[in-house]
Parts: sequence; C-alpha cells; structure tokens
Amino acid sequence: MAVVFQKPKSLTDAVLHYCPGCPHGIIHRLVAEAIDSLGIEGEAIGVAPVGCAVMAYDYFACDMIEAAHGRAPATATGIKRCRPDNIVFTYQGDGDLASIGMAETVHAAARNENITVIFVNNAIYGMTGGQMAPTSLPGQVTQTSPYGRDVAHCGWPIKVCEMLAALEGPEYVARVAVNNVKNVKAAGKAIQKAFQNQMDKKGFSLIEVVSACPTNWGMTPQKALEWVESDMLPYYPLGVYKDRTAAKEGEAK
Amino acid sequence: MAEKTERVLMKGNEAIAEAAIRAGCRHYFGYPITPQTEIAAYMAKKMPKIGGVFLQAESEIASINMVYGAAAAGMRVMTSSSSPGISLKSEGLSYIAGSDVPAFVVNVQRGGPGLGGIQPSQSDYFQATKGGGHGDYRMIVLAPASVQEMASLTVKGFNLADKYLMTTMILADGTIGQMMEPITFEDVQVEAYDKPWALTGTKGQRKHNIVNSLYLKSDELERKNFERYARYKVVEENEVLYEEYGMEDAEICVVAFGIAARVAKNAVAAARKEGVKAGLIRPITLWPFPKKVLRQAADQVKAFVSVELNMGQMIEDVRLATECRKPVSLCNRAGGMIPSPGQVLDSIREAQKGVC
Repeated sequence: MAVVFQKPKSLTDAVLHYCPGCPHGIIHRLVAEAIDSLGIEGEAIGVAPVGCAVMAYDYFACDMIEAAHGRAPATATGIKRCRPDNIVFTYQGDGDLASIGMAETVHAAARNENITVIFVNNAIYGMTGGQMAPTSLPGQVTQTSPYGRDVAHCGWPIKVCEMLAALEGPEYVARVAVNNVKNVKAAGKAIQKAFQNQMDKKGFSLIEVVSACPTNWGMTPQKALEWVESDMLPYYPLGVYKDRTAAKEGEAK
Repeated sequence: MAEKTERVLMKGNEAIAEAAIRAGCRHYFGYPITPQTEIAAYMAKKMPKIGGVFLQAESEIASINMVYGAAAAGMRVMTSSSSPGISLKSEGLSYIAGSDVPAFVVNVQRGGPGLGGIQPSQSDYFQATKGGGHGDYRMIVLAPASVQEMASLTVKGFNLADKYLMTTMILADGTIGQMMEPITFEDVQVEAYDKPWALTGTKGQRKHNIVNSLYLKSDELERKNFERYARYKVVEENEVLYEEYGMEDAEICVVAFGIAARVAKNAVAAARKEGVKAGLIRPITLWPFPKKVLRQAADQVKAFVSVELNMGQMIEDVRLATECRKPVSLCNRAGGMIPSPGQVLDSIREAQKGVC
C-alpha cells in the first residue's frame, strides 16, 4: 500500500505537550518537513527558546540546545560561527524574540548572521498563562491587560517583520500564517526557503508565523483561527518584507 | 608571536589573549569594557589570521550566550569582561553551569558597586566564588598575581574547564591586566578531552544530542545537582592551588590573592626584617579555596590578616577554613585604592600585638 502521509523523519516520537488546538504542532511539522526535504537533518542544530516551545529539543530529531530567554539568536550565532557548515535554526515565540530578546534578534539580523529564525507570533505569553506580549493587539484582553491593551499606557504592538526589513542586514524576512490550509502550505514554502537561504550562505532569514493560542485567548480552536483572520492579519499583514536576492534579480531585469 | 622559550614583555590582558590562543581557543565573543579591552583588541587582530573567530557582540548578555552556543558546539571558547559586564553575564554562566559545558571567562575587576570606577579592585570575590547567577553551581576561580600567571593560569583554565565540564574564571584586577612584565609560554600544555555530547549535527550516525538545563521533574533536577556536586567534590580534592611564603615558622599569617598578595609579600618581608615572624598564604584557586592549608596554619600561627581590595569578602572564607580558631583581621582598601606595604605591615604589627 502506498504511504501518502507520515511523520517527518526530523520529528522524534515524543508526544507533544502543547494544548489541544495549538498550532505549534503544525509549525513543528513544517520545520521538520523543510529539514527532511532539504536532506539536512544530520547537519541541523536547533535552538529552543524559553516559552511554550521550550521543550522543542525533545521534538526535533536533530541536535538541539535550550537557550536562555530571548538569547536564542546569540546562542545560534555562537554555534554557527564555530560550525559554519551546519544548519542552525532558532524557534522562538513573541515574548522571547520581540520582548526580552529584541536586542539579540535585531543584531543577529543586522549582522546578516547566516541562521534561520522561526518566529511564532500568537500575541500572548502562553507558557506563563496568558500575559500581554509585545505583539498583543490594541484592546486585547490578557492576564496583565485585563481591561484590554491600552496603547496610551503600554504602547503599541511591535511589527517585527516591518522593523527588521528596514535594516540593511537581513537576507529574507517574511510573515506567514497557519490558520487555514492555503496559508499552511505557503508557510511551509517560506520556511523551506529560509533554510535553503542558509544552505546557500545568503544570511539571516526570519519567518514570522502568525499563530493562535486558543487556551489563553479563551476561544475554541476554530474561533481562534477565525480571530487570526479577522483581528491578527489586518494588523500583521502576510507577505515578504525583505528578499535581497529577489530584489537584486529584479534590479538585474 | 613569541617562540616557546622566548621572553616577551606583555601586558597582563594581552598575555591572557595570547595564552588562550596557544591553549587552542579559536573563538572569542566579547563586548568592550575598561580595564580589559586589550583582550578583545588582541583577539580582533589575531583571530582572523589563524582561522579563528572574533566577534564583538551587541552586549555582554549576547556574548556569554554566544559562548554558550560555541561551548555546546564543542569548541574552546572564551569571553572577557570587567565587573559590571560580569554581572550581565551571570545569567549565561548559570545556564552554562546547568548545561555542563566548559567555558573560559575572564573578569579583570574594577571597583564597584554599580558603575563604580575603572581602577583595580577585588570586590567581585563573592560574585565569582559564591555564585553570581542563580541556582546551585560553582566555577573554578583562578587568581593570577603576575603577568606570567595570567598566561599560565589561562592555559590551565581551559584544560580544567574541559576536564570538569564547567566554567573556569580568571579573577584578575585592573593592575595585573594593565601592567607589563616579561613572560614566557614554555609551560603551555594543552590537554585534549573527548566531547561526545557536543552539537555537531547527528550526521545520521547517532541519536540527537541535547544541551539543556531544564528539568521539569524535580527528582531528575535533584539528581543532576547531586551529580554536578559530586564532580565539584573531585575538583575540591584535586585542583587546589596556593603559594606559601615564609610560613615555616610564621606566627602571623597574611592571606591575600592577586595584586594584594604582591603588596602583602613585601610587607611580610619587611615584618621579618624587624623580627616579626610573618608568612603569606596566597590562594591561587579561590574556588576551590585552599581550606586544608589554612586549617593547618590555624594550629601554628597566632593570628591571620586578610588583605583585600574590597570591604572584606575572602575574610569570610578564611574564618570558615580556620574554623575561627585564631583571630582574623582585615587589612583593606576599596574603590580602586591599593594598600601600601606600610599599611599591611601595620596590620601585621597589630596582629602580632594581639590587637585584632
């Protein structure tokens, strides 16, 4: 019988700890599928964040390290500078990447560090139980913004892709989503490109994956995916924000 | 670069950098801070020429986490900083300890707290020997008292880090970092250790390696801590280093490390000239602390004088090691000031008189 669907080789058999309806499982799969299809499992070294994906080291079958909160791009830099022939990626959430680790993110991008960053934006701190994130939307109710995020009090959510695209450094910056099949497929392609860029020694690639957190948003999984479409994507439009190679080719034409 | 037996005149900071390269370190990550920036400058110049990596990080925090990554990748790697920068690195030092990877870190101390000053100090003794970062962990702490020791303890530090899978810290100060003395590199012995735990990529040949300090199961985390402390116990048994001077018949034992020991040695010699039987014990490893020799000295001498460039930090370990059997007095300067041999001599005289 022909096998039409199976677990990627780059995922272990460990049972994921994520909540029911959490898209982290989908995003893990997309990363693993990209690694499988590029044939780089034996070369890959992943850096897990602090946050919901903290135990990603148990799920990816490649060599893994667990970084301090926000420091994954620095840790990845240390690895990549030592082992430039390995494929080094980070997998980080919004609190990790855009709040406590913003300096590491910006400077890794500015250096065009030849790593791949998978940035999962679900607009909330999940692991600690649903506090306001740097990407929580204006008016969004969280444990630490119980009356809704008041931008006059705590400022505006950060658009990471738009910000990084303003830097000379990075090779590729794109925002994707995993709220429907079409978007999941596009996300998979973008993630694969982000790894391919590293193999081609092009430099820093960051894929922001707009995700959902049904548990901490207080929604059913289905309602959460609808909220991604209705509320998240208008503030965080999908698209490629920077693609240096494509831009150069465009100029050449 | 100097030949093996050639004597060269070097700054303490440069001696560390050159010795690190000779010890096989090819990866340096750092951030500028006085009074240790010569280390970074030396590495920036040398590393690209020998196939190594020098990278100026965006912060102390980033640089120690780069060290964490490089150490996990199995490399001999280092960073260097001075007191305020070491505070920032402390989180990373805790992760490195919790992940049992070897790292080499230099603290060329300046006066504190806060931004403090840029003059020499020993006020990070507590931070270096008692933790600094969170959680139960130790670092091997080496205290050079000369430019030659800056070099030789650097080589030893890399070896010890790899041997025991922990951080070795050189706890120097601005004086030794900045002063120049003739040194040789003839004692460089590089020990090689297998690193089967390193992140290299599985190459499809083995199960994946995980470098990690997270253990959500309490019993497992407890077990890791006990295992780590069993290893520390071996360090305490085998790696203590100290120097004794004039201790054979000493009645007053001066205890001092680093640049303070250089001053203290002069004072001990001066005391002997005027008939006071003084001696010096100079801890070279601040952790593991030379407890046994101090405990033995407590049966011999009348009193101890702890000479420090801080408000009295090592003195606590001297009291613990001697089990408070004899009085221990403090002779100190702080904030970047250094005691004169005369001040130390006064303290020795007072101790002799029993005025402690």
